[in-house]
Amino acid sequence: MSVTTRTPTAESAGPPPPARAHWQHRLAERGVDRHLWLLTPALLFVVLLFLYPFFYGLGLSFQPTEGGPFSDYARFFSDAYQRDTIWTTLGLALPAALLNVVASVPIAYRMRGRFRGKRLVTILLVVPITLGTVLTAQGLLNFLGPTGWFNRVLSGLHLTDEPIRLVHNYWGVFFSLVITGFPFAFLLVLSYLSGIDPTLERAAATLGAGWWQRFRMITLPLLMPGLATTFCLTFVLAFSVFPSAVLVGNPAGETRVISIAAYQAAYEQYDYPYASAIAMIMGLIELVVIAVVLFARTRFYTGSTGGKG
Amino acid sequence: MTAGAKAFSQLRLEGVSRRFGGHDALRDLDLTIEAGEFVALLGPSGCGKSTALNCLAGLLPLTAGSIWQDERRIDTLPPERRGFGMVFQNYALFPHMSVRANIAFGLRMRRLPKDEIRRRTDEAVRLVRLEDHAGKLPGQLSGGQQQRVAIARAVVLEPSLVLMDEPLSNLDAKLRLEMRTEIRRLHQSLGLTTVYVTHDQEEALSLADRLVVLREGRVQQIGSPEELHTRPANWHVADFMGYRNLWTMRVREAADGTVAVELDGLRLVGVPVGPVAPGDEVIVAVRPEDVRVDQAGATTNAVPAQIEVVEYQGRELAAEAVTAAGSRVHLRTDQRVAPGDQVTLSIDPQRLLVFPGDAAATRPADPATAVVEEPGLVG
Ligand SMILES: Nc1ncnc2c1ncn2[C@@H]1O[C@H](COP(=O)(O)OP(=O)(O)O)[C@@H](O)[C@H]1O
Ligand SMILES: [Mg+2]
Repeated sequence: MSVTTRTPTAESAGPPPPARAHWQHRLAERGVDRHLWLLTPALLFVVLLFLYPFFYGLGLSFQPTEGGPFSDYARFFSDAYQRDTIWTTLGLALPAALLNVVASVPIAYRMRGRFRGKRLVTILLVVPITLGTVLTAQGLLNFLGPTGWFNRVLSGLHLTDEPIRLVHNYWGVFFSLVITGFPFAFLLVLSYLSGIDPTLERAAATLGAGWWQRFRMITLPLLMPGLATTFCLTFVLAFSVFPSAVLVGNPAGETRVISIAAYQAAYEQYDYPYASAIAMIMGLIELVVIAVVLFARTRFYTGSTGGKG
Repeated sequence: MTAGAKAFSQLRLEGVSRRFGGHDALRDLDLTIEAGEFVALLGPSGCGKSTALNCLAGLLPLTAGSIWQDERRIDTLPPERRGFGMVFQNYALFPHMSVRANIAFGLRMRRLPKDEIRRRTDEAVRLVRLEDHAGKLPGQLSGGQQQRVAIARAVVLEPSLVLMDEPLSNLDAKLRLEMRTEIRRLHQSLGLTTVYVTHDQEEALSLADRLVVLREGRVQQIGSPEELHTRPANWHVADFMGYRNLWTMRVREAADGTVAVELDGLRLVGVPVGPVAPGDEVIVAVRPEDVRVDQAGATTNAVPAQIEVVEYQGRELAAEAVTAAGSRVHLRTDQRVAPGDQVTLSIDPQRLLVFPGDAAATRPADPATAVVEEPGLVG
């Protein structure tokens, strides 16, 4: 690498060649060179805005207002009302992330070639990213609410007698998670798919594989690691759901997610150690899910797929 | 299910054409391939060779024409129903499958019994001598080994036709020669019908029974290696077949069988290929190995020149000489010549081919400028 490009220094011109390489060469061999300075802003950022608050919170969670260091954790798990927020959140985040990934695959698969209007379709699919949760919630209330267009059309067609309840409950939050999470999943899957060399499928075709066999035996196995990563990312996004759980959900009941529990501890009871403990539990659950998915990912081929990256 | 697996006696391409936008990538290809034949499609990069092959394989729809397997029309069949084997330029091995699984893939698609799949896969692995690597992933193999897997994967199905798209172009020179022999050996021992695409005239000449020379999507000439080597149909083919000396000259006299041409006082006699008349601008083509260096007095077609560049090539020297009028002459000789030597070159009139010039275009100064940029869109 950079070893060969270094200009010889004064001492290397001396007659006996040194037994050990110059310290600069040895450092360069380990990837240590002047460009390392470029990492400083990012490192500073990580330390100040992530590591410090994290360890502060971690420390705080072990200093409850009363009881031993683990008493806030014990309190969370012994209270069914609190404990159930884990299942509520997982019940929202896992299906939503799964749907986002699964729905992205056929659309991205269809869209990976070049065709007229591709840019327009991509923009339409990705626009929800720019909306933000609050605007999405507003839209959902207008569209799916008891007097929204959706129910008006249904009752206009005499398909239903009573409006179907699709907001202020589980489904409102679920739709909101899908609308905001899908564009991320789609863009990621599309880029993973275009990293797979299209001649592989052509080769499979000449060997007698129909389109479903080509997809199932060639494209899907090569795409699986990408799908696992995409799942993890959309899952994390969905797991920390807060605004939509309040705005289009039922924050006191069926969509009382774990971040609401943390919020209430911090800003309604002003019990920061308890809130920190809940936040730590939240992070731990995310880690467990990600670890499981990434472990499953290692069972697939993760090497080069010969595409254009 | 396995529609195309049975052999045919003849494969006919009738007016096969393919357009991309307003650009003809392939135009009116008429070709009849007999069973067991080895046909090479030859031409510079971008001339439509891959397009032709992809049309045959069913990977590209035709814009005009038809393809017939005996009396059955096959250009409307999808690739998986044609039963042709294909070897891609970048091999296109399935990276997540072992060598063995790659080779067995086509057999599994045919839903053959398990033990037959095992038997035929083993056989194919042996055929390409990869017994020691059967369990590895393609990424763990060298280029030549990957190439052999690609060939084994295509031939294990005993396809009625094998298509190869520049299969050797990613290999180094020594391996290329070895694999060339191997491909020919496989072709002979399995009796395969093969269509082979290459831009390397030497490769095509050594492998094929019949050559199809393409240029800008059109067929220039179809013939045996011998025919193409000695009697190119036009100067483009000559250029491609190793006639490195191409001079634009003017016809003085044209009698039947011979023609006299002139440029800046230099007069040469040669054989006309195509209609030439006195006064025409023509292109004179001579192979470097047909230019002789004569010490003694001149005979016909004597050209005084000065040696300018000499390249050592083992038994022979390749040299470039310049005539008094400034024309460059490429030659090969076993005599020791050195830069600066004054020599008299001579050319056998039978080996000096006189082609009618293109009406519009003049000969490009450098053969490289005639090569169309490869877009890299289709294999
Ligand atoms: N998918 C494509 N879209 C547009 N033009 C193409 C496409 N594939 C090939 N072409 C054009 O067709 C011509 C022939 O290409 P190709 O058959 O790949 O040449 P080669 O003889 O090098 O294999 C080229 O000029 C190329 O620009
Ligand atoms: Mg090509």
